[in-house]
Amino acid sequence: MFRRPENSMRPQTIQGILLGVVIGMAVGIGAYTFAYAKGWSYLTDDPAACANCHVMQEQFDGWVHSSHRAVATCNSCHTPANFIGKYLTKASNGFWHSFFFTTGGYEDNIQIKPHSRAITEQACRTCHREIVDAIEASHAAAPTSQLACLSCHDSVGHLQ
Amino acid sequence: MAEISANDVSARRRRRLFFGIVGAAIVVTIVAVGLLMNIFERKQEARNPFYRVVELTDDTEDPAVWGKNFPLQYDDYKRTVDQVRTRFGGSEALPRMPTKVDPRSTLSQSKIEEDPRLKVMWAGYAFAKDFREERGHAYMLDDQTLTERQQVVKQPGTCIQCHGSVYVPYKKAGDGDIIKGFEKLNQMPFFEARKLVSHPVACIDCHDSGTMQLRVTRPGFIEGIRAFKASQGIQNYDVNKQATRQQMRAYVCGQCHVEYYFKGAEKRLVYPWAKGLKVEEIQAYFDEAQFKDWTHAETGAGVLKAQHPEFEMWSQGIHARSGVTCADCHMPYKREGALKISDHHVRSPVLNINRACQTCHKWPEEELKARIETIQERTFKLRNVAMDALMDLIKDLKGAKGAGKSDKELAAAQDFQRKAQFYLDFVEAENSTGFHAPQESARILGESVDFSRKGQIALRDGRNESKSAVAK
Repeated sequence: MFRRPENSMRPQTIQGILLGVVIGMAVGIGAYTFAYAKGWSYLTDDPAACANCHVMQEQFDGWVHSSHRAVATCNSCHTPANFIGKYLTKASNGFWHSFFFTTGGYEDNIQIKPHSRAITEQACRTCHREIVDAIEASHAAAPTSQLACLSCHDSVGHLQ
Repeated sequence: MAEISANDVSARRRRRLFFGIVGAAIVVTIVAVGLLMNIFERKQEARNPFYRVVELTDDTEDPAVWGKNFPLQYDDYKRTVDQVRTRFGGSEALPRMPTKVDPRSTLSQSKIEEDPRLKVMWAGYAFAKDFREERGHAYMLDDQTLTERQQVVKQPGTCIQCHGSVYVPYKKAGDGDIIKGFEKLNQMPFFEARKLVSHPVACIDCHDSGTMQLRVTRPGFIEGIRAFKASQGIQNYDVNKQATRQQMRAYVCGQCHVEYYFKGAEKRLVYPWAKGLKVEEIQAYFDEAQFKDWTHAETGAGVLKAQHPEFEMWSQGIHARSGVTCADCHMPYKREGALKISDHHVRSPVLNINRACQTCHKWPEEELKARIETIQERTFKLRNVAMDALMDLIKDLKGAKGAGKSDKELAAAQDFQRKAQFYLDFVEAENSTGFHAPQESARILGESVDFSRKGQIALRDGRNESKSAVAK
């Protein structure tokens, strides 16, 4: 029963223009937001990027004064050493940090999640392997209870 | 027919795809714009910690005016009206029928009804008439004006130093000199001084209007801390010039949360710290000054009332020793967007464990709460033991008095009552149930029990030498 209009190209042209405009706006505004929020910096190793959103300012300040600043950046201890693991962790933490900082409702004294804590513990063990091996060899009597570096050295990276 | 319907289906599919893409692009655009705005706001906040909307001067008394420049702090300050109970403190809003004389529609729970032994301890004193759990800062002026204690005794204008914002009224009354204004208001009757004051504690009582730096404005503290420092060999201590920023975060609270008395006929407010801040040093000060708050109605002993010595108790604890001040736990830092401010909703840290405790103590909230309550439960148990011991001594003293023993024969036991009661009240009136200095609180209560029992022994053995001459 439908009767197509004489010129069948016209609605498609309109549709094409409309599509172009809305997609263009989404991409354009998205790209500007990305640039304004210094999105590229999150792909780098620069610790200043972690304080972009203000929440990590104390941790960043603490790191600047810490013994580890000369040898380790945020990523050295808070992301796994392999390439894929590093960017997966960055993506996941990045998303959740942005989500909670934007929507609010997180605790002021932020707390590390068990998964992230395990990554940091592993980082200690990777760099300080020799001394850790020596400690654990001499405590072999209790092999099931692995000592956590962080239970005592929790302030070497940053005090806060 | 078949061809047309196939065309229709593919057209519908195309349309659906088209609207799907348009819809998705719209959603992406909205989210991106929303995020952009949010990031913009946060960046602005981080750039400007505050906006000067009004000019504040050293005479700007009304906190609402300060609130225009500092809306976040002002909002929190206004929240001190909240009434929330904790295990041993906090206040509960109990409904009450307002009357013409007393328009309050809520009150907090009565401490003397919760523990009637307090009425015996304070027999003959106004506190035996009305004594309730303290409420937040917002109520300090009203609760002092409307307490039934006012009906029993004529209170002096001295009280107003800590029940209202007095900096501007003192300055006005003293023609620019707060000490002179202080002296003038001390000598007025309470209700005359009350007329000169319009707000409970306000911004100007702790902050310099130009720099927002902390400062002490209460003459009682300025003179008290000078006397205390002199006892440590530091002469002419000027708190507003010599205290560090971190010390000020305790001193501004210590302006009022302290032990005090009204000295002489001019009713000068004095903090009894010339010998030190510990309970025995304060007791020794009062003994030397031959001061008593009142004569106990049942035993005739000249006794003392301890008043919320939070500053003194905190000074003896591990937090003070570690440089942790009142503000660190009662006004911890909080985050508002990109800003970091100190929480002006002054309250119990138990209601705010994450911000108050977990900055330093990295344990779960339940664990930290359990630690606090363990300390408080132990203190409360010992406080009850000390209270019972005091009741025994008062009963024995009353009996001996009734049996016709002379004042001279009772003097030693009366002196022990004075000590036992002051020590017990020093922990009882202190608002942390031992938390501010757990071992010190336990020591004080232990000595209080000892004084009560020694008093009973003195009565039994008929010893009559008295150490201080006031206890009659």
